[in-house]
Parts: sequence; C-alpha cells; structure tokens
Amino acid sequence: MSRQTALVSADWVAEHRADPAVVLVEVDEDTTAYDKGHIPGAVKIHWKDDLQDPVRRDFVNREQFEQLLGSRGIGNDDLVVLYGGNNNWFAAYAYWYFRLYGHDQVRLLDGGRKTWELQSRELTAEVPARTPTTYQASSPDTSIRAFRDDVLAALGKLNLVDVRSPDEYAGRLLAPAHLPQESAQRAGHVPTAVNVPWSKAANDDGTFKTDVELTALYAGAGVDFDRDTIAYCRIGERSAHTWFVLHELLGQPNVRNYDGSWSEYGSLVGVPIALGDEPGEATR
Amino acid sequence: MSCGAPADGDAGQVDAVDPSGQAVITGRVVDASGQPLAGAYVRLLDSTGEFAGEVPAGDTGQFRFFAAGGNWTVRAVTSRSAPVDVTVSAVVGQAVEARIAV
Repeated sequence: MSRQTALVSADWVAEHRADPAVVLVEVDEDTTAYDKGHIPGAVKIHWKDDLQDPVRRDFVNREQFEQLLGSRGIGNDDLVVLYGGNNNWFAAYAYWYFRLYGHDQVRLLDGGRKTWELQSRELTAEVPARTPTTYQASSPDTSIRAFRDDVLAALGKLNLVDVRSPDEYAGRLLAPAHLPQESAQRAGHVPTAVNVPWSKAANDDGTFKTDVELTALYAGAGVDFDRDTIAYCRIGERSAHTWFVLHELLGQPNVRNYDGSWSEYGSLVGVPIALGDEPGEATR
Repeated sequence: MSCGAPADGDAGQVDAVDPSGQAVITGRVVDASGQPLAGAYVRLLDSTGEFAGEVPAGDTGQFRFFAAGGNWTVRAVTSRSAPVDVTVSAVVGQAVEARIAV
C-alpha cells in the first residue's frame, strides 16, 4: 500500500463524488455532525451502532458487515471513500474494517471532515437514496488484527506502539483528561511499548504528515521497521489511525491493530504493566 | 465513549457550567474586528505542546474544554490564516476565558 492507493484529496473527492462507482461514507463519533451537514452524496455509518456487536464486546461479524454495507447500497466493486471528524479517527477505524473484510477499493479522504470544512466546501443535510445491494464480505483477515495473547507474546520481540497521550501511557490517567476515568482496572502501558501519540502523525488541519516525516517520527521513537508491529490505544480507533499510517501509508508489511487495547489489557489478571514515561522491561 | 474524544463535543451549546472540581477553559474565536467567527476548529495543547483535545467551535465561535489545572495553549485552526495560539492558565474550580482573534 502507499499514499497513492490509500488516500484521496479533497480536490479528488470534489471531482469524483458523483461517479457511479464511488461511494462516500462519513463515520463520526458525533453522529449528529452528519445530520447537520455532510459531503453531498455521502452515507452515514455509526461507529458504535453499526460497527459494534450489540451484545458481546467485539465488532460486527462478517454477516453483520454484509448487511450493513448492503443496506447502505455499497457494492463489492464500489470505490469507498471514508471520511469523518476527529481527524479521521473513526473513519480510519472503519477503513480497517473494510480491509479486514476484504474490500480493497477503499480510500481515506486526507484531512477528513475538518479539511473539507476549512476549505469551505459544499455540505448538505440531504440524505442520498441508494439502492440496497447484496454485499459479500470475505473472511476476516486476522493478519491485521491483534488479540491479547498476540500482545503478550510480542513483549520484547515485536514493536508495540502505544498511541495514547503521554499521561495515559505513563499511567497518570486512565483516559484522556476530559473523559471519565473509566474502562481499565489499572493504568500504565504494555511493557516495552513505545509512546507515539496518534496526533503526531497529523497536521493541524487533520491531513497526514509526509512519508519522510512519518518515517522519522516512528524511527525516532524506537520503532524497528524490520520487525512486526502491534498498535494499541484505549479502544482501538486512535490506533487504527496509526495502523493506517504504518500499514497503508508507509507500506509496513506486518502491522496489526489491537482493538481490545488498553481497556482490555489494563483489566487482565496477572499481566505485566509498566508505569512511567519509559517503555520498561519484558518481564512476565 | 470514545478512545479520546474532543473535550466537549457539544461545543455549540456552551451553557453555564458549575466549575467546581473542574478546570474549565471557555472562550470564543473572533475575527480581526472582534466579530464572532463560525467554522473554526479549536485544539487544546498541554504545556509541552502535546495534543489534548479538539472541538469544532460553535456558530458564534464559542468553545469549551474541561482541562486540568496548569498552563495550556488554545489554538484556533481556520481557513483564514495560519493557526493562532493563545496561552491560558487553568485553575481547578474556576472557568478561565480565552479569546482568540484570527
């Protein structure tokens, strides 16, 4: 993968949004944003209601994903362009699902909703009418998804990248400062993980930094590009943003997103945890 | 619940809040003539310049963050100019006002 096959610009979207084979999809945390105004023709996917299993802690399975895309009128051959608020966090998270279920024709709008808005481009409240499709998803590609045992096996062997804020990484906070301090039983980080906050990969307008800047960012933090990598955050969507950078933009071959992330790891019984600003040692 | 949502996604509704126990940073983005400016994004950076949160400002430029005590940079990102920063000192139990002219 590369920037050319993973990203599109706002200019590209403005030019191609009406193409029959292009489907724009907005994915937000604040889903009222779509209702107030979205790029003309875009459909909405709700990051939680549409992408999470309603009962167990997992994301939608293959059949649920097929139903979702079918209901949105997305076909297997369509080129899907994802965008959203929060610097594309949830759009990147959805992008990861699309790749996991085998939809290769998928792109992220560089800068997402923010760049579109800052360029004063057209928004509409009109919801498009799309004809439902029969979508067929592939078996989940678990080569891009990490589970808790993968993380434990990776201690001291693979790159672990914690993309949360420095205070969450160090264990001074369990969640971003402005959110309820909930979700994991313990604070800290996975021993040996380096801390590269997701925000360092993006410019102020939400667009991604250049490949040269990104390579220097991760190499400078201690990521060894000759090793496989697992990225995590708190619930897996900030780390989907970093997975996108490493796997899709920089073309690193073996990068997995640990969507259980700290809210799972920090609640496991008996696993090692490191506190403070340093990665720590790989002791079990 | 999100992994790290903006400080206050409901920035368009900056009602009076009880700041007890909170270090509130509230304010408005205005243009050069002091008129409220819509369409800005406001981000909060900690004392080391690290990203802490971001909200789209409301229709009259208003925004609000629930922060911790200490020094913060509030940055307005607009289509009008390069990003504009102001620094504020937040105090737990108080609401501090930041006005950003772009």
